[in-house]
Amino acid sequence: MLGEGILKGLAETAKNFAGSFVSAERMITVQYPEERIAPMEAARVFPFLVYDSKHPEDSLDWEAGMRCVACQICEKECPPKCIYIEKSKDKKPDFVGKMQIYPARFDIDISVCMSCQICVEVCPFEAIKMDTQFELATDDRFGALLLDRKELAKSNEYYHHIHPTEAAEVDARLAAEKAKANAKVKAAADAAVAKAATQPAVPAAKPAEGNKQE
Amino acid sequence: MIQTLDQIFVLLKHWLLNFLPAAWQPAVGVVLSVVCIIGVFPALFAFTTVLERKGIGRIQNRLGPNRVGPFGILQPIADGIKSLTKEDIVPLKADAAVHFLAPIVLVVAVFMGFAVLPMGRNMVLVDMDAGLLFYFAMGASTEVSVFMAGWSSRNKYSLLGAMRAVAQMISYEVALLLSSVVVVMMSGSLSLVKIVAAQNQYSWGLPHWYIFTPWGFAGALMFGIAATAETNRSPFDLPEGESELVAGYFTEYSGFKFALFFLGEYVAMFSIAGLGATLFLGGWSAPLAALQFIPSWMWFFGKLMVAMCVFIWMRGTLPRLRQDQLMNFAWKFVLPMCLLNLFVAGLWRFMGDGLLRWVICSAILILAYVGMGWGEMKRKHLGPRTYRYAE
Repeated sequence: MLGEGILKGLAETAKNFAGSFVSAERMITVQYPEERIAPMEAARVFPFLVYDSKHPEDSLDWEAGMRCVACQICEKECPPKCIYIEKSKDKKPDFVGKMQIYPARFDIDISVCMSCQICVEVCPFEAIKMDTQFELATDDRFGALLLDRKELAKSNEYYHHIHPTEAAEVDARLAAEKAKANAKVKAAADAAVAKAATQPAVPAAKPAEGNKQE
Repeated sequence: MIQTLDQIFVLLKHWLLNFLPAAWQPAVGVVLSVVCIIGVFPALFAFTTVLERKGIGRIQNRLGPNRVGPFGILQPIADGIKSLTKEDIVPLKADAAVHFLAPIVLVVAVFMGFAVLPMGRNMVLVDMDAGLLFYFAMGASTEVSVFMAGWSSRNKYSLLGAMRAVAQMISYEVALLLSSVVVVMMSGSLSLVKIVAAQNQYSWGLPHWYIFTPWGFAGALMFGIAATAETNRSPFDLPEGESELVAGYFTEYSGFKFALFFLGEYVAMFSIAGLGATLFLGGWSAPLAALQFIPSWMWFFGKLMVAMCVFIWMRGTLPRLRQDQLMNFAWKFVLPMCLLNLFVAGLWRFMGDGLLRWVICSAILILAYVGMGWGEMKRKHLGPRTYRYAE
């Protein structure tokens, strides 16, 4: 009969209306600023730089422990060109103990970044990863959206916190590399001892190449 | 005490007027009543917008606005401030004078309708003998403002919206008039005060509202459909059709003029709901003889708000019609039903008292409804859509 569907529809909406007052399961909207759901592990927003630190609370560690060696691969690969790197003049030891250049400046303009994660894919040093922090609204349009290396630096513990599975894999890989590098250094040292210190400097260059292949 | 409460606004007005010289009293009295009408209905409009948004939110299992003030009840104030502080943009090629006048004409025409609506015992601005006629004349002039808005904007969406609006409003104007003619036939008066007085009688504690008769029920149903279409409410909101026409005839309006259109639309809904309540639901009369101690104006505004809730409920339920469905429904279903209803009302009048007229009149209307509905559905004029190209 004509109008039957309308009555059924009205009954349905009335049921929803009444139900929304009595059952909490119906109200699936998360009332955002007060309520939050934990971000998903696969979520990604903008990149950050990982640093290794023995004391996670100590914020002074960030410069010493930074994994980035200013190789500029991410800068060259970045499609919207939002990364700017200046190499340092001096060197400092990296995570395997080798002397490396570090970034004197590392800026990411997050107003330009398109969150494509290509910088993360190309980085041979596991130094740049995607953050899940999304509350970045600011009233300073130019200054506050250009993040420098201090603002970008986050500890490895933070990385473990936001992406546990991925971070565990990365740590395992880095540990394996470090062990390999140590073994090579040791083998080289043994060989050097055996050869009575004829060519001490050559084997030390190999671990760095091994890293790049990863 | 009950008497005083019932007449409180009338007494208040007389008390205020006593401070003035006698020569001024009639003119100031009218101005006072007009100011009250112009104050009360926009306030109700503000309340209804938040009611509507929260109601539809609940229908969709959301909370609706809940940020401004406790439970979001101050939302209309925020909306008002927003629309007042927005830039008022007039298109370069628009007909500036007509573009400016359209919202004013709409609001004025809409408020004129309240002049003849009795909002309580002795609470009517002008007790006109041809009140209903005056009301429909004013209601029809809103179409002019809608077309002014659409035409002067010089925008294709505005014009399309206005064309749709005019086609729809004129089609349903016929149904609206014919469905209320039955009330005039039975009460023998065009004066809305007399129509309410005719319904304000009780037998066995039940009121003589026209909706409790077969022709009155059918008339109220048709009136409700036509009123929904007349005020461009969902499911008849084709003139606005935001998914099709941006915002229809007020696409090119912004800031306060847009707010005026919005206000005009809601006040038109109040006014038509008030007319429907007056014609079929006994105006300000109580639904039971035992409930007459509650002031009459409370009943009027209660009925008004119930009608608004039904409007909101319908909006939360029904999808928008297609233009041909809208027209078919108006001319092939509502209009014949209204004409038949006129006949049934005449039959009811001349069959005299008794159970027989109830049976015969109800049977005619139900058979016509079922039969016509079945026929129309079969010919696909109404009913579910079929898309031949998508099959």
